[in-house]
Amino acid sequence: MSGPSGPVPVILMGMGNDTLVIAGKTFSSRLIVGTGKYASNEIMQRAHDASGAELVTVAVRRVDLGARGRGSLLDFIDTGRYALLPNTAGCYTADEAVRTARLGREVGLSEWVKLEVIGDERTLFPDNDGLLEATRVLVKEGFVVLPYTNDDPVVCRKLEDAGAAAVMPLGAPIGSGLGIQNLNNIRIIREFAGVPVIVDAGVGTASDAAVAMELGVDGLLMNTAIAGARDPVAMADAMKLAVAAGRRAYLAGRIERRRYATASSPADGLLSLP
Amino acid sequence: MRITLNGDPYELGEPMTISRLLARLDIDPRRVAVEHNLVVVKRAAYASTTVRAEDTVEIVNFVGGG
Repeated sequence: MSGPSGPVPVILMGMGNDTLVIAGKTFSSRLIVGTGKYASNEIMQRAHDASGAELVTVAVRRVDLGARGRGSLLDFIDTGRYALLPNTAGCYTADEAVRTARLGREVGLSEWVKLEVIGDERTLFPDNDGLLEATRVLVKEGFVVLPYTNDDPVVCRKLEDAGAAAVMPLGAPIGSGLGIQNLNNIRIIREFAGVPVIVDAGVGTASDAAVAMELGVDGLLMNTAIAGARDPVAMADAMKLAVAAGRRAYLAGRIERRRYATASSPADGLLSLP
Repeated sequence: MRITLNGDPYELGEPMTISRLLARLDIDPRRVAVEHNLVVVKRAAYASTTVRAEDTVEIVNFVGGG
């Protein structure tokens, strides 16, 4: 029996310092969220708050010179609370991605970049060669590079060797909501990687998030699953809980899968028929 | 004189610094990044970088994305 002075329960010891560390920066939340596709900036703000996220992605685009009374996305993101992660979404070559990353660094005054080099319009799958090339260039320029990559352990290893601060394999195509398509690859990527593994894209609902975290990955990045939900604020809360639940289940260590039943109640001491 | 601004032709009148260009466009310099002839211009250099005829200027900001 452990009284008030007894040992601290194992679960609390396990969770006490369970933080996500990327490039020396510590996050208490393992959920990274986007800023795209929200019906309004106010809903986005409330969803961010509900998600508990501390890192949010943004895209870099030309200023709309024709718009009157331009409001800035940054008016709706408290940068004291959320760190910004500019992306290079929409870039199809390493050169475009590098150029976009450099501009994003100037707007946000941060070295962090979610690097995307897209290889195919329909699937938005990454271009491995371009991604590796852009990673090498940006790492040399002092960027903290978080590449969005295929769920391929070999590509992830190459990205890590190129200096990526984390690897971000896709769970399924961006915005598809299909859930984690290749659980085994994600597990192998986590096993191989010496940097944090963030599953980026493909989550549809809370159970997908929990499944990903139960594989032992370090974090999860999502946009559409929250922004596109009927109630984005409630879904952001669900995702926060699912990420925490999946993480705790991973740390707790699940039971082995068995084909047949193993009784939970003792076989001894059963009443016998008269 | 003409420049290319965010991909479109733009009549500038006379050479001017990036600081002046941003003021003329009513853009808050703290919310954007500027690329001048494919080179990113640091904020501290806006007042000393001059845009001339035929130059290419890109002005970008953050928008929603995943």
